[in-house]
Amino acid sequence: MKGEEILKVESLSKHFGGVQAILDFGFLLRKGEFLGVIGPNGSGKTTLVNLITGFVKPNSGKVIFQGKDITGKMPYTIAALGIVRTFQMVRLFYNLPAYKNLIIPLSSTRVKKLRGGEYGERDDVAVDLLDDMGFERDSFVPYKLAGSLPHGYLKRLDLARAMALRPDLLILDELFSGMAMSEVASTLPLIEKFHEEGLTIIMIEHRLKELFRVVDRVMVLNFGQKIAEGSPQEVMNTEEVRKAYLGTEVEG
Amino acid sequence: MAEIEARYRKKRLDRGIKARADTIFAIASRREILYLILPRVLPVILLLSLPFLLPVYWGKVLVYACIYGLLALSWDFLAACGLFSLGQAFFLGIGAYIAGGLSYYFHWSPFITLPIATIGGGVISAALLSPVVRLRGVYFAMVTLMLPMLFMKMIETTGLLGGTHGLSALKPFPAGWTGTYLVIGLFWVCLFLFRRIINEDYGLVLRAIRDDDRAVMSAAINIYWRKIQALFIAGAVGSFAGAFMTHHYQFVGMSAFALDFSILPVAAVTLGGPGTFAGAALGSMILVPLSEALRALGGMRMAIYCVILILSVIALPEGIFHYIERKYHQFEKLVRVG
Repeated sequence: MKGEEILKVESLSKHFGGVQAILDFGFLLRKGEFLGVIGPNGSGKTTLVNLITGFVKPNSGKVIFQGKDITGKMPYTIAALGIVRTFQMVRLFYNLPAYKNLIIPLSSTRVKKLRGGEYGERDDVAVDLLDDMGFERDSFVPYKLAGSLPHGYLKRLDLARAMALRPDLLILDELFSGMAMSEVASTLPLIEKFHEEGLTIIMIEHRLKELFRVVDRVMVLNFGQKIAEGSPQEVMNTEEVRKAYLGTEVEG
Repeated sequence: MAEIEARYRKKRLDRGIKARADTIFAIASRREILYLILPRVLPVILLLSLPFLLPVYWGKVLVYACIYGLLALSWDFLAACGLFSLGQAFFLGIGAYIAGGLSYYFHWSPFITLPIATIGGGVISAALLSPVVRLRGVYFAMVTLMLPMLFMKMIETTGLLGGTHGLSALKPFPAGWTGTYLVIGLFWVCLFLFRRIINEDYGLVLRAIRDDDRAVMSAAINIYWRKIQALFIAGAVGSFAGAFMTHHYQFVGMSAFALDFSILPVAAVTLGGPGTFAGAALGSMILVPLSEALRALGGMRMAIYCVILILSVIALPEGIFHYIERKYHQFEKLVRVG
């Protein structure tokens, strides 16, 4: 099964007024692959995620997922097909207990279809999912209001919300931003585990050290265009990438 | 003396009756059972016995309050999923005219027209508003505000369905209490059903759409389909109120689309406390009789009515029901400081 093409992006372009956010962008993703996306601030990483997941409609180009053209489809249709994302700024329901946040994806038709008849109580499924994410079920943490949880838990709750849909392709938009070192250290093995279980993942990240430890391939963006692609070592040795991250020397 | 008092401070504590989840209670005594049941049962008994206790005139006001109460409940349900409606009159008018038309042209009994008008009104409301469920906030409100006016003008100019004269001499409810108890009963059913639905998983998704529709979309849920379902439910409740009104007064006219039916439910929910349904019910039970009581004042009626509304919103912006609920679940005690 591995190696089969799962996502193909073809000459995708998007501009917001005069700003070219993504220009003639294309890449290929194979099943089971772990792709890292890096780039300086404002280089179009989040726009790329929004274009793939349908939150922003492209001006031109195509997104093909598992052989289906999903360009310009609604976000819920794309999520139902199996592309699920997390948000850079977590979008959760803070006035609900943590586990109740998962009731929302668990109510979707995708989950109903995947789980068939034997479903079980949604609440139980939700607590099980949180347990997998390191919310100790006996500690009352899953039952606390989401708004009262520390940031690291919120990020993992957002991850659990995505995993509740049993995605075919998981897109993590700066999962580690704002996390403490210890929180990153406890979350990274989860992501590695998903990858080992065969999940295809795209991960956008600013923490290069952690990212390079887990990904197979890295793509570097700058000003909406791909400036390099390859293994982490290859990419960091590219002249253009160094320029984008460190700037160019001024002559004289 | 002041010195001693200063060493005490008032402490508010929640009564510890809820365990873990909202729906699971840890009950230890008969007193606690009463504590939970009384606020639910007492109002029901009170409203069921009121038609016997009240004079005829105030009995009619009570029915009127129930009609407004249904509209307010329907408004609160839409608001729970982020749809801010200024067109409850539209739901009411559709139901009123469906029931009125069937009764006038086919002489059907209320017990056939009421279900048809309820379901039909829900379908029509949802269908006509479905193109605009993508609009949010004030834009959706504008469309709902226009719809009843549009229908009113259409009936006025085309002369269809009785035109400006309306349809009269419609089939009444059987003599006695049938009509009164039908509307009171449905008012209660609707109140408890809505309170239930909104705390079930179904309602949880609706509330989530109000809070953050993008997050719900990313959870593979078709938010527009959910909003259309909510419109059907709210539309059906509003249409029932309209159909009931038609048969109760044996008349339907353009006034069924009047602005009063759009604005007063919103005022009732604001006064009573939004998001609880009980607040909507309480608000309409206060506002409608208040408006009748002020009738004796003649011309100054509306002015005084408005002043009362403004003052109450300033004094209790959270709404009466939220305030009562909070006070009921808390007890105060003096705690010694230092």
